[in-house]
Amino acid sequence: MTVASVAEIRDGVRSGARSAVDVCRTAIERIESVDATLNAFNTVVAERAMARAAEIDADRHRFASAPLAGVPVALKDNICTRGIRTTASSRILETFVPPYDSTVVARLQAAGAVIIGKTNCDEFAMGSSNENSAFGPVRNPWALDRIPGGSAVAVAAGMTPLSFGSETGGSIRQPASMCGITGLKPTYGRVSRYGLLAFGSSLDQIGPFGHTARDCAVALGVIAGVDSADSTSATHAVDDYEGALSGEIRGLRVGVPSRLLASGVDAEISRALSASLDVLRARGATIVDIELPHAKYAISVYYLVATAEASSNLARYDGVRYGLRIAQDDLGAMYARSREKGFGAEVKRRIMLGTYVLSAGYYDAYYLKAQQVRTLILRDYHDAFEAVDVVAMPTSPIPPFTIGEKTADPLQMYLADVFTVSANLAGLPAISVPCGFTTTRLPIGLQLTGRAFDERTLLRVADAYERDTEWWKQQPPTAR
Amino acid sequence: MSQFTKEQVLAVAALANLELEPEEVELFARQLGDVLTHAEELKQVDTTGVSPTAYGVAPHTVDRSDVVVPSLPIADVVANAPERELLPRGGFFKVPRVIG
Repeated sequence: MTVASVAEIRDGVRSGARSAVDVCRTAIERIESVDATLNAFNTVVAERAMARAAEIDADRHRFASAPLAGVPVALKDNICTRGIRTTASSRILETFVPPYDSTVVARLQAAGAVIIGKTNCDEFAMGSSNENSAFGPVRNPWALDRIPGGSAVAVAAGMTPLSFGSETGGSIRQPASMCGITGLKPTYGRVSRYGLLAFGSSLDQIGPFGHTARDCAVALGVIAGVDSADSTSATHAVDDYEGALSGEIRGLRVGVPSRLLASGVDAEISRALSASLDVLRARGATIVDIELPHAKYAISVYYLVATAEASSNLARYDGVRYGLRIAQDDLGAMYARSREKGFGAEVKRRIMLGTYVLSAGYYDAYYLKAQQVRTLILRDYHDAFEAVDVVAMPTSPIPPFTIGEKTADPLQMYLADVFTVSANLAGLPAISVPCGFTTTRLPIGLQLTGRAFDERTLLRVADAYERDTEWWKQQPPTAR
Repeated sequence: MSQFTKEQVLAVAALANLELEPEEVELFARQLGDVLTHAEELKQVDTTGVSPTAYGVAPHTVDRSDVVVPSLPIADVVANAPERELLPRGGFFKVPRVIG
């Protein structure tokens, strides 16, 4: 099986060379054949998708300039879809059917995309492994006993050519890296968060998974832009991302924080990073050593800030307006019992931690301190971008670990987020592209971080890298 | 060293409106203690005079005209409620009796 690009599918459907119904049927059949093993989908809306695809085929001229005409897409199950169950992979929302579409979904529909279903994820997007789902762990298509890191599996296993995830601390880049595909976290505010179930409101951002930077560029062009329903959405003009992919990176300066990477990075991952830098250098880029002196504190800052925000955001799940209710005679008891039965362990842990760091007597020592160090992390990047155009790092310091390996010790799982969380704290765009494999055939990802709202440069470098490499063409055993 | 006692776990759980199973109390005491101990590293960072950052990309104040726009139909809004009442004068979420 060869992978069709998003642009190929779109152009084919527009011209009539491909039928949207055929493309949609292929996606659904693929899900039927591999997903019993992988568990990547919580909900598949086959009938609805086929009807939508037929509508596109029947009325082709209406979609003549639709940027995603007939492209099957999967959506992480924390992105609200009107009339399609949206669970956040939590018992507490197991039966929740949103009465409205998120802005991203509305834009995808208008762009001619065909929604295939909702992907499994860590409960309320909390986790770096995709083991913390009420509906069971998702498996890595490259090694079924390993974690996929999140909602990248639909694309990695060839079920849909494009999918959308969300990031608070790396949940697009990490799974993209661990599953051998490309994943983009846009600048904070680049994409509306309206209809994304909130986790960390100052960090959350929706972004695409695709096989290539080009697929992600097409997708970003559709979902980016200001939205009156999200006051944190940015008013910056939306760039022509696809048009930015010139392959030209001569004179581009790539910063590498070598001191930060000196310890704690798996040897095979370090070698893959070095080889990636050689590829960029051969295309005319200059590699520059930079310092990010406070990046090593990003994990601590992140887990204080993100849990504080989560404890506040998840207060709304109380069994009153939606979701699970455990009936009790007393209102307070009803809240507490419903939350106890509805939330899984990782969500409870984070609500507890966030509640604690915001509580009287601890606020200054933890939350305020974390926000101050967040300022320093931001300044480091600001200083670095005086000298370089993008920053390169591994996406993850370790290859995907075994399912269950870190369940008893969540801190060990949190530490694997060391290279991703700082971009969320600083609001910066970042992308993960496939850059190699371990000797045991586990994917490795190269992470590039850019200036705020400069997704064009980021995508241009990622695309240039993918032109000179074949890693992104590799397919896992389950997708062949 | 950050120590997290079972009493603290229960106090925080009460603040967060969470009931916990007895085994969770013990587990969380250890796991939350581990995370807070790790976060002690922030004490090494000199933040004298450093202002806190709430958003990586500074948000701007958004104004809009004060005009009425349609909201979702009430029936749709209450449709997900575990208990609800739709009356001619509106829709309601039902909860256990709070007063009297």
